[in-house]
Amino acid sequence: MDNNWPLWEVFVRSKNGLEHRHFGSLHAADEDMALENARDVYTRRNEGVSIWVVKSSNIKASNPAHNGELFEPAQDKVYRHPTFYNVPDEVKHM
Amino acid sequence: MSNEQIKSLEEIFEARIARDEKIEPKDWMPEKYRKTHIRQISQHAHSEIVGMLPEGNWISRAPSLRRKAALLAKVQDEAGHGLYLYSACETLGISRIELYDQLHSGKAKYSSIFNYPTLTWADMGAVGWLVDGAAIINQVPLCNTSFGPYARAMVRVCKEESFHQRQGFEIMLKLCNGSKQQKDMAQDALNRWWWPSLMMLGPTDAESVHTEQSMKWKLKRKSNDDLRQQFIDQTVPQADLLGLTIPDPDLKFNEQTGSYDFGTIDWDEFWQVVKGHGPCNKQRISARVAAWDNGSWVRDAAMAHAAKKEALKIKIAI
Repeated sequence: MDNNWPLWEVFVRSKNGLEHRHFGSLHAADEDMALENARDVYTRRNEGVSIWVVKSSNIKASNPAHNGELFEPAQDKVYRHPTFYNVPDEVKHM
Repeated sequence: MSNEQIKSLEEIFEARIARDEKIEPKDWMPEKYRKTHIRQISQHAHSEIVGMLPEGNWISRAPSLRRKAALLAKVQDEAGHGLYLYSACETLGISRIELYDQLHSGKAKYSSIFNYPTLTWADMGAVGWLVDGAAIINQVPLCNTSFGPYARAMVRVCKEESFHQRQGFEIMLKLCNGSKQQKDMAQDALNRWWWPSLMMLGPTDAESVHTEQSMKWKLKRKSNDDLRQQFIDQTVPQADLLGLTIPDPDLKFNEQTGSYDFGTIDWDEFWQVVKGHGPCNKQRISARVAAWDNGSWVRDAAMAHAAKKEALKIKIAI
């Protein structure tokens, strides 16, 4: 039996009003221990008010080798930006 | 992939780093970049972990509750720093257990400074002041290194490290303002830790094999000799302030360079310690291996408990 503790990704909300941000990862036997360890490893100086832990194996990541087909289609769609549209200078509040 | 294809990928890769772009774990990288980073980041992590041992020695004997709380917090930070760095290293495709095996078998190195003993309470002062001081000089430039996870871990490490040096200096200051015995104790600690601290910044530039490549990859921003000079120049006035004497008869301020000239470092001693013959090499590794082995039943029990809880969850769901 593989008794090595699995890897967890840790996300911390630094204060209410902000999103949870990826802080790092750690090993723990289960989700409760992952939360406790995250508290000790990543929030020793009041860095957070809320913690999420996610088993790393549950994350599906995009492959940078496919960045072309994933992200390039957005590049030629300049009409998604406000500066694409010509409006006379006299028009205010737009 | 053909050799030519790899060569052009390498060129693109080097150009990205030269443009100050960060490299992230899933990006293509040359095998040498991966290996060098695994070596350096894991050495760094191991140093944090082994670095807990010489100080752990004094937690139960700290002279006051204030000192005890500070030392405990410092050692806990070092555990944390080791963990940040191990997980940064794991993003390069090596497992935690492989990293531990490398440390425990002696295949991986850690900073040779931790192979010196901590004989008196003043050593807690000298270690914080000098060893953490030298570590900060080494580490600050790494906050801008090219590998994203390492740089992010280092930002966190550096933010936490400055209290370590200040608490060490405060211990020294207190001893230096105390009885003659206390001041002698501080001087003795400086005498023993000064030269190993200078060695901690690495072999001379002429002897340093990895410098050129490491500079390119921003694993290093300044050479070992420059870092050492910086450390000496900032530390000598601090020793003056404490009223302590740096144990180097050749140490002298050079008006022309605006820096301190210093005596010859005993590099034979350095290589002896690196090769495993320092005063505490065996003690450190055996303490670390014993901690790992003795914790084995706890790790197994935690996994068994996790499996049982998981099975129960499934049963309730059905």
